[in-house]
Amino acid sequence: MHERDTNWARSFLVEIVVYAGLVAGYYFLVLRFLGNWLEWLFAHERRAYAGIALGLIIGQGFLLELLTRWLLRWVKHAREGE
Amino acid sequence: MIFPIAGVHIHPLYLIGVGFIVGVLGGFFGVGGSFLAGPALFAAGVPMNFVVGTDLAHIVGKSIVAARKHRTLGNIDIKLGLIMVVGTIIGVESGAQVIQALKRAADVDWVVGVSFIVILVGISGFMTWESIKTLAAQRRARREGGSLRRHPSGRDQSAVAHISEAIQHIRLPPYVKLPVSGVASISIWAILGVAYLGGFFSGFLGGGAGYIRMPCMVYLLGIPTHIAVGTDLFEIIISAGYGTFTHAVKGNVDILIALVMHTGAAIGAQLGATLTQYFVGPRIRMAFIPLPVLGALLMLHGLLSGHPGK
Repeated sequence: MHERDTNWARSFLVEIVVYAGLVAGYYFLVLRFLGNWLEWLFAHERRAYAGIALGLIIGQGFLLELLTRWLLRWVKHAREGE
Repeated sequence: MIFPIAGVHIHPLYLIGVGFIVGVLGGFFGVGGSFLAGPALFAAGVPMNFVVGTDLAHIVGKSIVAARKHRTLGNIDIKLGLIMVVGTIIGVESGAQVIQALKRAADVDWVVGVSFIVILVGISGFMTWESIKTLAAQRRARREGGSLRRHPSGRDQSAVAHISEAIQHIRLPPYVKLPVSGVASISIWAILGVAYLGGFFSGFLGGGAGYIRMPCMVYLLGIPTHIAVGTDLFEIIISAGYGTFTHAVKGNVDILIALVMHTGAAIGAQLGATLTQYFVGPRIRMAFIPLPVLGALLMLHGLLSGHPGK
């Protein structure tokens, strides 16, 4: 395998591991703290539920991806500083 | 694990696994993957109304992750995507109206199911023929030192490039320039027409209809395959987001199921989107071919067993 491919595979693996951890953490936070509230909203406030559902899925996709990128950049800077 | 909103008991690993598979497909091919995720949710016991809405919700999240990755790779033509959204929304409404009319006049499951199978098999057949012809021509050109007919964008190769060349020469103002896609000038009506077609089938057959829109963008508009994949994902975010909201208001979305699916889908989408940079256009199109056939087989199984998967 070329050195470029090895570097790519390593950084991609780091990215996936960081991302997987963040996504799983986010999901369990939502389930733990928002599960009952979401169920109540679904039964009583459907429009609010629709807005929050869309916000949660966008948040999971968008914000966590931003956070992952920021973390990776921070790790890279820390490595270069050593 | 109990999901109280939909009232079903599903193992989270099953949802994560399904999400991961459709995530890879979405990131690599620019499709929502509803033709696989829909039947998979239905098979796990999720009621059909929740299947449709929840699948759309998870597609939004997955498409954001994949589209952001494609954006960093320079694979999204935002101008093209925004124009297409207009045609898509009109098309979705038209497709939904046809469904309403069919509900009153015919056995809608069979009409939609058979149309779905014919269209998917047709797409696969055409793409098989085109990809084999393009790859054979590439090999011949390498061997004989000649050159293969270029895609109009100059960044891809296709054996049927003359179709998109003819469409790009349609004289019907106003015209638009798409520098990101390498298109010097194209009638805005051609773009809206292709978007309308994709939207119509999305409304008529369900899901995001990326399996129709992505090939249409490549073969009819002359968009390079990589940019067609990324732009299709960008467009799916808007159309599936709109669909998620309206379905959630109607009580068809279990967001907890969608979030679990998305944990797998987000990782798969990152992987799929990253992999596109290691394949040339005809190879991506070649790998896409089994997907519509798989969707057609799932629909055939659904029709014959009395449980259409969409």
